Amino acid sequence: MASFLTNNVEVVAIVLFSIGFTSLLLHKNLVKKIIGLNIMDTAVDLFLASMGYVQGKTAPIVENGIVEASSYINPLPSGLVLTSIVVSVSVTALMLALTVRLYHRYHTLNVDEIYLLAREEVRRK
Amino acid sequence: MKKKSRTKNQSLFARIQSFLDSQDDRLTEEMERDEEPEPPHESKLPVWGQTVEGLASGEIRFFDKIYPFAAFLLALFIIAVLLVTASRLPRFGGDSNPALNEVTERYLEDGMEETGAVNLVTGIILDYRAFDTLGESHVLFTAAVAVLVLLFDAATEKQDLLENRDYDLAGDTVFREGVRFLLPVILLFGVYVVLNGHLSPGGGFSGGAILGAGLILHSLGYGFAATEKLVNRKSYGALTVCSLCFYSLSKAYSFFTGANHLPSIITSGVPGRIFSAGLILPLNICVGIVVACTMYGFFSLYKRGRI
Amino acid sequence: MNLFLWILLGFLVICALAATFHRNLLSTVIIFMGYSVVMSVIWVLLQSPDLAITEAAVGAGVTGVLFFVTLKKIRQVDDEYSEGKKHEEEKQD
Repeated sequence: MASFLTNNVEVVAIVLFSIGFTSLLLHKNLVKKIIGLNIMDTAVDLFLASMGYVQGKTAPIVENGIVEASSYINPLPSGLVLTSIVVSVSVTALMLALTVRLYHRYHTLNVDEIYLLAREEVRRK
Repeated sequence: MKKKSRTKNQSLFARIQSFLDSQDDRLTEEMERDEEPEPPHESKLPVWGQTVEGLASGEIRFFDKIYPFAAFLLALFIIAVLLVTASRLPRFGGDSNPALNEVTERYLEDGMEETGAVNLVTGIILDYRAFDTLGESHVLFTAAVAVLVLLFDAATEKQDLLENRDYDLAGDTVFREGVRFLLPVILLFGVYVVLNGHLSPGGGFSGGAILGAGLILHSLGYGFAATEKLVNRKSYGALTVCSLCFYSLSKAYSFFTGANHLPSIITSGVPGRIFSAGLILPLNICVGIVVACTMYGFFSLYKRGRI
Repeated sequence: MNLFLWILLGFLVICALAATFHRNLLSTVIIFMGYSVVMSVIWVLLQSPDLAITEAAVGAGVTGVLFFVTLKKIRQVDDEYSEGKKHEEEKQD
């Protein structure tokens, strides 16, 4: 239990991930599902970045020509998360575009209704 | 020649659009023939329970009942597993974590000398792991193309932009003056972040996002007609494709020469100087252009159906 | 710094819960933008200024604007649809 208190950032990242995951599963509204997926995304980013953090060390920007590994945090997670944040926007934009088109066609954001209407169409064909 | 290719492009988009529209029309016609269209917000669920369909929809009702419980149990299970994992993780912020291995050490100790970047994160994503970043830029481009296919609206091509004024903030004096005040600062900061990516926090991704947000603000304040002088469909395609091609070619060259120990004309650069960081500065500019254009392109496609 | 980090993390959890449970979609999007801003402060505390700049511009700016335009578009479609319905009803009368 004590490790939950020292690993607070990781634990919060996991809690956020589970909140996003649950809302992705349980909400029927497409926009809410996309928000849940975004929360999951940031939670994973938070977890990755917290893995690279080292107490008392500074950001990996070389100051005064000191190039010792013992004075900077791990730059690798930052590099990975940086690209992940920008890619998450494009994924969000794609999902929202699909949502807009679905709404144009079925006039609802509810996934179950969309599913039933789509099946009805297939049956009529 | 250029004009011809452009009209060809348009006809391609128009064809995709008309294809999607015709599907829509046909389906809606069929639906209307069969039953009265109902108001959008009331339940549009088809009547069930009478025909053979009733069986299947009964299944759906059963699924509806079981789904929330199953989802909740699955979520609880995943939370439990993850929390057990979290309790066994090494201490947060400890300096002997397994993540700090010899790869990190190498990046931190030799990174500045080998890449010429003072900001080691930029050095990693644009030099050691530049292939990864190339993939990310292409993901952005592909996403923009996919959104274009989904949301392209040929009808707005002829429509006067003034017609859409009530959906625009361009008529709002307070907002426009605020934009006039803020926009130069935002754009200048974006350009600074892109150009100083290897010296200070930032780089192509951050600066590109700031520039894209500035373009969105400009189009909101002054209308799309004003922003189109800077970024229209032609310059959007030219800028994005040129950036991606330059990135691919220069990185292919440096990979080839680097892997085979061939002489390379690209120097590794002097740390601390803006114009001498090897390939990092041009690549930062390329990534910044791609990100900025993609962000603005998303917004423009959503707002009015075209770039 | 530790207390500050705890406060921010608690704010993150509250924001995520509020975004999940709030019924109004517009409020949900605004809460999500606030969540992104707090996240960018946490990046600064975790010594990653690059991420802070990107998250502030992308998460709080562009993503929120995209959600807003989507909601607006959906309302626009609703208006067109109900107007079309009205015309049809008038014709029938």
